[in-house]
Amino acid sequence: MSITLNDYLILSTILFMIGTYGVFRRTNLLMLFFSTEIMLNAVNIGMAAISKFHGDLTGQMFAFFIIAVAASEVAVGLGLLVLWYKKHNSIDLDTLKSMKG
Amino acid sequence: MFEVVAFYLFAFLTIAMFTITVTTKNALYALSALAAGMIFISAFFFLLGAEFLGAVQIVVYTGAVMALYSFGMMFFDSIKEIKESPSNPRLTFVLTGMIALLVVIIFIAPIIGANVTAQYPVGMAADLYGTIDGNTQDVGVVLFTKYLVPFEVAAVMLLVAMIGGIILAGKKMDVSITELSEKEIDALNIETKEAHKKDLK
Repeated sequence: MSITLNDYLILSTILFMIGTYGVFRRTNLLMLFFSTEIMLNAVNIGMAAISKFHGDLTGQMFAFFIIAVAASEVAVGLGLLVLWYKKHNSIDLDTLKSMKG
Repeated sequence: MFEVVAFYLFAFLTIAMFTITVTTKNALYALSALAAGMIFISAFFFLLGAEFLGAVQIVVYTGAVMALYSFGMMFFDSIKEIKESPSNPRLTFVLTGMIALLVVIIFIAPIIGANVTAQYPVGMAADLYGTIDGNTQDVGVVLFTKYLVPFEVAAVMLLVAMIGGIILAGKKMDVSITELSEKEIDALNIETKEAHKKDLK
């Protein structure tokens, strides 16, 4: 018995599901950011696994760029979140509904 | 055998940690569980022979991203329990369908990709330069030849994100509160409160 590509992809899918569930369920914006991180990491596992089982380095390259995107997303997102909190004293998703007609 | 045991152990641990992250009501628990999950994910990268990626995962996620989140959390009321509200059922239905489609594609992917050949095979640095320094050298060779332009673009993107973060979060950073007297601090507080009232109107 050995671990195959399918096992890694199933794990990646499960982790992605957990992240998606978090995005549905959470209304706190900080928790939404956490769920997004989980989803990005799940994809990274899939990329690395495909890279290993096909013997191609391109998957790892994509994983690096995903990590770079995740890092910059957090920097800008947290800046916006701090601004929103200073203004509204809440980081609840419902406070973003101010433009609802 | 070692690989099988390690895979299942870390799979269990990662799923448990991320489940805690998305279900707990305490923001601090969520943060700690997320950090632990990130470390466990790096174990998969080491298992898959991507040592450099595993090291980057630990340094960037648990070093940089988690530190950033903890700094961000100092601004927010993290002790307060997070309340959740039920979301739109129709949206949930549509998104669930999309996820089901995604799962089907993921499980078909190995069949579709069965006759894909490697463009940048693992170990190409050893073929080119005659030395075997493992995964890090391979990554370096590919990153600085084929992916040089995306690498530079990513660097610019990180710079833009850094400047954006500083500008967004660092307003009034030219005023140092530690150097002010108490009266000046009080005046500053009143000023910001009035500004907030204006913003809310």
